Amino acid sequence: MIDAALLFGFGCFSLALLMNLFRLAKGPTLMDRVLALDTMVINVIALIVLYGVRQDTAVYFEAALLLAMVGFVSTVALCKFLLRGDVIE
Amino acid sequence: MTDLIVSALIVIGGFFGLVGSFGMVKLPDLMTRLHAPTKATTLGVGGVLLASIVYFTAAGSISAHELLISLFLFITAPISAKMIAKAWLHVHRTADDLPATGRPYGWSNYDAPPPDDEVLDGFPKGTPAPGKAK
Repeated sequence: MIDAALLFGFGCFSLALLMNLFRLAKGPTLMDRVLALDTMVINVIALIVLYGVRQDTAVYFEAALLLAMVGFVSTVALCKFLLRGDVIE
Repeated sequence: MTDLIVSALIVIGGFFGLVGSFGMVKLPDLMTRLHAPTKATTLGVGGVLLASIVYFTAAGSISAHELLISLFLFITAPISAKMIAKAWLHVHRTADDLPATGRPYGWSNYDAPPPDDEVLDGFPKGTPAPGKAK
């Protein structure tokens, strides 16, 4: 049963990634693209966690945590750059 | 039993993740688009992380470190949404498009903040804030 649910989860998040890619390509504003990238990172975290459940190991947990941190910092840095013209003042 | 719980959590999480991204494609402009990924996608990832916690705990070892990721995401999602909204306002709107703040100082997005020694709770020092007991 878990295998079927995992398949469904992989399908859902892959489709979600494709939708994000569409928004990333289409725009129309720069902030839309930033939002799309931010959501992509979150979806990839979900995919990594699902893959860890499928492989029955906890090895991929650190990758997910690192990705969460890098995704947040990059989003804030991009917004800060647009707001102030500089990342760290 | 744990199979059922884990499967249900994964299905719920996947559904909400899909809804979040679908909303981002479907909704008309950035301010409405912000709602979908920040709420639905966070819930979706939360469901998947809960499923992982239940799965690994049932497999023998108590596993709570997925809580770290969900806690981190729950803290950072509103902050990044606020930053994106603020940057969008900064680029696409001017101070005239927004309603008045009802305070002596304007929106922090457009006006430089007043010096620290001049203000207390957003009002010039010496004038009591309305509705606030001294």
